[in-house]
Amino acid sequence: MWNSRRLVLAHLWFAFASFGTALPLGEWQMFIRSPLHPWISDPEWYYRSVTAHGTTMAYVFPTLVAMGFGYFVTEHALRRPMVGLRWAWLGFALVVVGTIAAIVPVALGRASVLYTFYPPLIGHPSYYIGVVLVVVGSWVWVALMSINMYRWKRDNPGAPVPFPMFATVAGSYLWAWTAVGAALELLFQIIPVALGWRSTIDAGLARVFFSWTLHAIVYFWLMPAYIAYYTIVPRAIGGRLFSDTMGRIAFILFLIVAMPIGIHHAFEDPQVGSGFKYLHSVFTALVTLPTSLTVFTICASVEIAGRLRGGKGVLGWLKALPWRNPVMLGVALSFVMLGFGGAGGLINMSYPLNATVHNTQWITGHFHLIFGGAIVIMYFVIAYDIWPHLTGRTLDSFGLMRAQLWTWFIGMIVLTFPWHWVGILGMPRRMAFYDYADPAIAAQAASVTMSVGGGAILVLSGVLFLVVLVRGQTAPQTEPAAYRFSVAVRPPRALPAALNGFGLWLGLMVALTIVNYGFPIAHSLATPGTAVPVVEVGERW
Amino acid sequence: MVTRETIASFRNPWFTASVGITAAIAIVSAIVGFVWLPLQHPGERFKGVWDAICSAAGLVRNAASGTQIVRAHYLTTSVEIDPQMLRGASAESIGRGATLALRCTMCHGARGLSQADTPNLAGEYPVTIYKELVDFKTGARVSAVMAPLVADLSDADMRDLAAYYAYLPRVSVPEPAAGEPPRIVASGAPLRGIAPCGACHGEVDSKASAAWLEGQPAVYLRTQLEAFSTGARHNDIGAQMRNIARQMTATEISAASEFYAGRP
Repeated sequence: MWNSRRLVLAHLWFAFASFGTALPLGEWQMFIRSPLHPWISDPEWYYRSVTAHGTTMAYVFPTLVAMGFGYFVTEHALRRPMVGLRWAWLGFALVVVGTIAAIVPVALGRASVLYTFYPPLIGHPSYYIGVVLVVVGSWVWVALMSINMYRWKRDNPGAPVPFPMFATVAGSYLWAWTAVGAALELLFQIIPVALGWRSTIDAGLARVFFSWTLHAIVYFWLMPAYIAYYTIVPRAIGGRLFSDTMGRIAFILFLIVAMPIGIHHAFEDPQVGSGFKYLHSVFTALVTLPTSLTVFTICASVEIAGRLRGGKGVLGWLKALPWRNPVMLGVALSFVMLGFGGAGGLINMSYPLNATVHNTQWITGHFHLIFGGAIVIMYFVIAYDIWPHLTGRTLDSFGLMRAQLWTWFIGMIVLTFPWHWVGILGMPRRMAFYDYADPAIAAQAASVTMSVGGGAILVLSGVLFLVVLVRGQTAPQTEPAAYRFSVAVRPPRALPAALNGFGLWLGLMVALTIVNYGFPIAHSLATPGTAVPVVEVGERW
Repeated sequence: MVTRETIASFRNPWFTASVGITAAIAIVSAIVGFVWLPLQHPGERFKGVWDAICSAAGLVRNAASGTQIVRAHYLTTSVEIDPQMLRGASAESIGRGATLALRCTMCHGARGLSQADTPNLAGEYPVTIYKELVDFKTGARVSAVMAPLVADLSDADMRDLAAYYAYLPRVSVPEPAAGEPPRIVASGAPLRGIAPCGACHGEVDSKASAAWLEGQPAVYLRTQLEAFSTGARHNDIGAQMRNIARQMTATEISAASEFYAGRP
C-alpha cells in the first residue's frame, strides 16, 4: 500500500547527510575565531565556511526534512497511496541538483556571500540558481501536498481532513508564500546582476524582499517539529492529544501571523519607515499565540499520558511519564530550549530592545537555540519514530538515542548561552577575527571558549545520531505495526468548515502581507537613485 | 462530520471573527505606529497628522526650503565605478594608450615601471588608473605635477591609458624582501575599524577602484597614507582610506608600506 518509503528515505538521508557535513563546519568556525586558535589570516575561508554551513542548514536540511516528513504524513494520515510519486522524485532531483549547483561555487570560494545573500555583495550565479532550484523542488512538494489533500476531500465528502495532513498542508502553504520574497529578490534583482546583465542593485529593496522570506522561513523549519508535537508525542508516550481543534487553530494562526512580520529583521534599516516597523513588531508579538496554544495543548496532552499511566496529584503525573522513551525526552528538552529561545525572541521583536542586540552575537545565539535546538531535536525525534516504518528494520538503540538527545541539548545550551552573553556585551556577528589581546574584548574570551566546547558536544551528538540511523539501516528486518498518529481526546465530530480548509486563512495571509509589505516595496520601486554598484566577491585578479 | 456552511459570509462566525479581529489589530496598530507614536516623539516637528503619517511610512521627503545642505569644502571625485567598468579593452584602445603614454615615461618608466618613487603603473587595475586620472583632471586629487599633464586628456584618452597600463606586465622584484605580512596588513585592527589591507587591495579580495599595491615604492605608499590621514588627499568618496589611515600608527604605516613595496 505504501509507495513512498524509498522517496521519504531518500529525502531524509540526503537531509541528514548534508546536516552531517555542515555541522563540523560550524564548529570549525567557532574554533578558529576563538582564543584557542591563532587568527587564520584569511577571512575568505571563514566566510566560505559560514556560507556553506548556512546554505546547507537553512535551505537544504530543513526543506528536505519537511518534504520527506510531509510525504510520510500524506500516505499515513490519508491512509492511501500518494498521488504524484514521479513528480515527487522530480522535486527531489531538483533539490539535489540545486544543492550541488549552489555548494560547488561556495566550496571554490566564488560565492562567499553568506546564505542571506547580502547584496550588494554578488557571488557566482550558479550559487543563486542552485538555491532557486532547491526552492522550485520544494514547490513541487507544496503542489503535491495540496493535490493529495483535495483529492482526499473529494473522495471523502463531509469528512474532516486528518489533522496531521491539515497541519502539513498549512506548513506547505506557508512555505509557498514566504519563499516568494526571496524568489523575487533572486530572480529580479540578484541573478540578473550575477549574470552580468546589470551592475547596480537596490540593496534596501532586496533586504525587504528577503525579510519577507527570512522570518516565516523559521516557521516553515518549525512546522515538522510542531506537527511532531501534536501528532507523534501523545501517541508515543501512551496519551491522547488534548484538542484537535486547538491544533488546527494553532497552525491556522501560524499561517496568518507568521508572514507579515519579517521587517523586524530590518529594524535598523533606513529604507523602511518606523510605522511599518511598528506594525511588524505587533504582528511578531502575535506569533506567541500559536506557540502558547501549542505549549498548553502539548503539556495537557502529556499530563493526560501521565495520569493514564497512574500519575496522581498536582505534579505526580510528571514522575509517571516514560522518561526513558526518546520521544518523551526529546519533547521535554525541545520545550526547554523553545522557552529560552522564545524569551530571547521577544527581545528581538521589540523595537527599542532590539537596538541593544541588533547585529550582535546574541542573534546568532538566538537562532541556533530555536532552530538548531528546539526544532532540530524534534527532527531527530521524528527520524527515530518513523525510521522502522521506512526501513522495515528494528531501531532499538534506545540508550544511544537518549545519549544523543541529551548531548544535543547540553551542547546547544553550552554553545548558545555564552553566545547570547557576549552579544549583550556588544560582540558583533559576521566577523571573522576577534583580537582577544585587546583589553576591550579580552573578557569575552572565556565565554567564546565555552561556546567552542558546546559546539564540540554538538558534533559528537551529530555523529551519534548518524550512528543510530546507520544501525537502524543494518538491523534485522521486521514488520512494524501499522503507523499511527495521535488520537484526540475528542476526535472532531462536527468540525466547522472553516477549520477543514484554507481559503479564508490564505486570504488573510495574503491580505496582511499586502498591508504590511505593499507600501515599503512599492515605495522602494518608485524611488529613483536607490541602486548601488554591486561588489563582486571571490574575484581573483 | 464537517459542517456545510458557506465560509466567506458574514453570517459565518469564523469568517466574521477572524477577519474582524485581524483588521482591528491592523488598524489599531497602524494608528499607534503611524500617528500616535510619531506625534509623541519629542525631537520631531510635524506640520500635522498627515506629515507624521508620511514620515512613519518612510516617504523620502525633500528637505524644507532654506535648509542648509552640507557640502564638502573640497572637490569630491566624480567617477562612478562599477565592477564591469573598463573590462575587455580592445587592441586599438591599448595601442592608442601606448602612444599617449609616451608623455608619462619620464616619471612612470618606459614600460610603466618607475625608477623615481612614483607609482608603477604596469599591470595596475584599469579602473584605478582611469579614476585617478579623472580625479587629477577635476582637481579632486591634487598634484602640481599631474594636473598640467592631464588637463588636455579626453575621457577616451584616459580610458585608453588605463587599458594600456593594465595590459603591461606587472613589476617583479628580483628578491622579494617581504616575508610574513605585518599584523596590520593581514588582520587589520577590528577594534579601530581597520579592515585588513588585502580585503580590498588584492590578496584576499579586490574591490573595484582599490589599487594593486604590490611592488609600489615604499616612499609613495607612505606619503599617500600620510596624506589620507591628514585629509590632504581626499578622493576616496566614502572616506574609507581617510578613516583607516587616520587610525593607523606611524609604525603601522611604515610596516604596511615596506611590506607592499617588498612584494613581487
